[in-house]
Amino acid sequence: MKILSALSAGASLAVSLLALSMPANAQVADSLTIYNAQHEGLTKEWVEAFKEETGIVITVRNGSDLEMANQIVQEGANSPADLFLTENSPAMALVDGKGLFEPVDKATLDLVPEQFRPANGHWTGIAARSTVFAYDKTKLTEDKLPKSMLDLAKPEWKGRWAASPSGADFQAIVGAFLQLKGEPETAAWLKGMKENFTAVRGNSTAMKAVNAGQFEGALIYHYYYFGDQAKTGENSKNVALHYFKNQDPGAFVSISGGGILASSKHKEQAQAFLKWLAGKGGQKILRDGTSFEYAVGKDEASNKALVPIADLQAPKVEPSSLNNAKVTDMMTAAGIL
Amino acid sequence: MTFTTESMVASRPRRKPAGKPLAGSSWTLAIAVAIAALTLTPLGFVFWATVATGWETASQLIFRSRVGDLLFNTVALIVFTVPVATVLATALAWLTERTDLPGAKLWAWLAIVPLAIPAFVQSYAWIGMWPRLNGLGAGVAISVVTYFPFVYLPVSAALRLIDPALEDQAASLGLSPAAVMRRVVLPQLRLSLCGGALLISLHLLSEYGLYAMIRFDTFTTAILDQFQSTYNGVAAHMLALVLVACCFVLIGVDAAVRGRRRYARLGSGVARHPVRASLGVWRYPCLLLPVVTTAVSLGVPVLTLGRWLIAGGADIWQFSEIGLALSQTLTICVIGGVATAAAAVPIAWLSVRRPTRSSRFLEGCYYLASSMPGVVVALALVTISIRVMLPLYQTVATIVIAYVIMFLPRALVSLRASIAQVPAELEQAAESLGRSPARALWSTTVRLAAPGAASAMALSSLGIMNELTATQMLAPNGTRTLAMAFWALTSEIDYAGAAPYALLMILFSLPLTLLLHHQSKKIAGR
Repeated sequence: MKILSALSAGASLAVSLLALSMPANAQVADSLTIYNAQHEGLTKEWVEAFKEETGIVITVRNGSDLEMANQIVQEGANSPADLFLTENSPAMALVDGKGLFEPVDKATLDLVPEQFRPANGHWTGIAARSTVFAYDKTKLTEDKLPKSMLDLAKPEWKGRWAASPSGADFQAIVGAFLQLKGEPETAAWLKGMKENFTAVRGNSTAMKAVNAGQFEGALIYHYYYFGDQAKTGENSKNVALHYFKNQDPGAFVSISGGGILASSKHKEQAQAFLKWLAGKGGQKILRDGTSFEYAVGKDEASNKALVPIADLQAPKVEPSSLNNAKVTDMMTAAGIL
Repeated sequence: MTFTTESMVASRPRRKPAGKPLAGSSWTLAIAVAIAALTLTPLGFVFWATVATGWETASQLIFRSRVGDLLFNTVALIVFTVPVATVLATALAWLTERTDLPGAKLWAWLAIVPLAIPAFVQSYAWIGMWPRLNGLGAGVAISVVTYFPFVYLPVSAALRLIDPALEDQAASLGLSPAAVMRRVVLPQLRLSLCGGALLISLHLLSEYGLYAMIRFDTFTTAILDQFQSTYNGVAAHMLALVLVACCFVLIGVDAAVRGRRRYARLGSGVARHPVRASLGVWRYPCLLLPVVTTAVSLGVPVLTLGRWLIAGGADIWQFSEIGLALSQTLTICVIGGVATAAAAVPIAWLSVRRPTRSSRFLEGCYYLASSMPGVVVALALVTISIRVMLPLYQTVATIVIAYVIMFLPRALVSLRASIAQVPAELEQAAESLGRSPARALWSTTVRLAAPGAASAMALSSLGIMNELTATQMLAPNGTRTLAMAFWALTSEIDYAGAAPYALLMILFSLPLTLLLHHQSKKIAGR
């Protein structure tokens, strides 16, 4: 009896120790782990469609762009991630800067036009989104809108607009501004922003607040409006989108990236998934799905509801040189973060 | 012969056991010290991070206007919320325990139910009803409504225990009822009021979801914003340092206000039950207070949740996803609850059987460690596990360690009370009948303290179920607890989709809250 109870106690202790040291979802042999900073819904659609086609199971860890990028950098060679998907490019630039990406197969790179991927071929664009000024159409008419993103830092816009500065989306916009205009002008703009804007948490919240009449406008990305309109429209019925155009920093088109980690133990499957993402399968989901982000594949049209990407007159920004550490420092120095 | 010595033993005050102490006590002390060292790692980490950063960068990051804004917000929040919540809770406690308010038992129960509603769900409900809510006023209002039960519980328990003889004597010496209240009753409530106020303040410092939803920036929201931007950046550590300093200040203030005076009852016999004061013509007007409090603290969440559930219809009930989240949450709650209760056993046993200075010091360490916000604990564990203990990184073990650090005192309180109810003589009798010390402990104290251990596990599980920030930062890949799913959905303003998760969290917390209510009646006043 004593021996039996001692044995059972020992066995349960061993089993519990084993259970504790395992991650929640044990890795199956033919499976991938994605560190996903894209919207959960979109990646879920991708992952499920890929699984239907190829049978490869994918475990997704969700987070935000920079949080996960920094996490990957800190994990280094021990990272369990095989792929990293982001909403914006600075996070990709951060990981690439530490040399943690595996070069993407040429066949995949050929599927994506040059302006949507970095020159070094260490990662590729998988989707894109345009910066817009979402405004309350009951309060602002066309002539009262800001002509350029720089106008938003001027005194006449004090207390009239909102943004989500803690998010990677906005930091990417500031990163593009930094690349296009240089440090002194960016610092001045951030100073004006601190005086004028109100911080909210999340672009959806910003749009909802504009819709409710709390602010006249918000500097966000385009797809929130279309996504809400496709649902009930209750958070965007008073909202209209203003595209800055004219190669203004406010017309910045941010590229969502996908890259394969050099530390991955499933490189072949990872390359296959990235090829599928940049190719017909993944881009089709962007076109027909509910995410309303721009498709980037060669000859792949985006969703019908969107303004064609060629008409956006976006400024030319090199995605691999977007320096997020500098942006965060500058925003911290300006008192925004 | 035997009965006279027995009766003599029974009437003598309990003294230290004769002969050699139980062989296990030095081992127990060693284990308790090891656990204390573990729980103090977040504090150690914050200090190490400050030292490693260097004074120049650190001072640049600490002494800037943003930190000033955050400090102002945090101080204003505490200064306004704590007095309002304390006054409200004390008034409610007095009305339900000491007067003939109609339905007093019901109101007593309803005053505790808000504990089953996580703070971020309460905030979600309020902005569901009033979408434009933001800023300090909203923060104070929602915080009062969420946290007043923390003062209500100890104060109502203390009011039950106070000997009415003191009040009768004061009245017979000529004091008016108001003066009796001020000079006799309130001083005796000092410990409960201080304890409750400290608990509320510490929760205000560590809460994230509530304030994030209403656009009110505090240290914790700023730390998480920094974390999302830089993962483990220096600025996040510096903010954590300021936050830890605030916690120390609060603990110090509480210790100072508590004072050294204690109230004890001397003399034979037992205190009689306090007579409930008659409210007379004020009976129904006084009913307004519990009714309004319940309407605001419970009515708003119930109405909003109901509205979102009905508006969402059948679409929001994605059973496969909800089921997965539920099973993951329950698993982690059970594992965490068991681990926390087990970790609390050595110190609970020591503080009851060997109450020396070292055991009191160790207890103080546990309380200090648990007062650190979840985000600081998670930040510390992430850094330590990545740099030092890589096999533990992103496993269930790390998150369980975080829960042990954060919820150990809850388990400690229940365990200690139940072990205290088991007389040491039983263990000695078992030993004298031939069992080894360990077996004697097992067959007597452990068996009899089992209900306390069960409630310790339940209370820790309640905390774990509603925990958001540490879970988000430490959870292994593929984990999606109810709280995480709720937060992800509300961030995408899918409020209807988040409603089933909120409902499940509340439903599973309700039985645990019932247990807490039952527990508070038993452990009253300690």
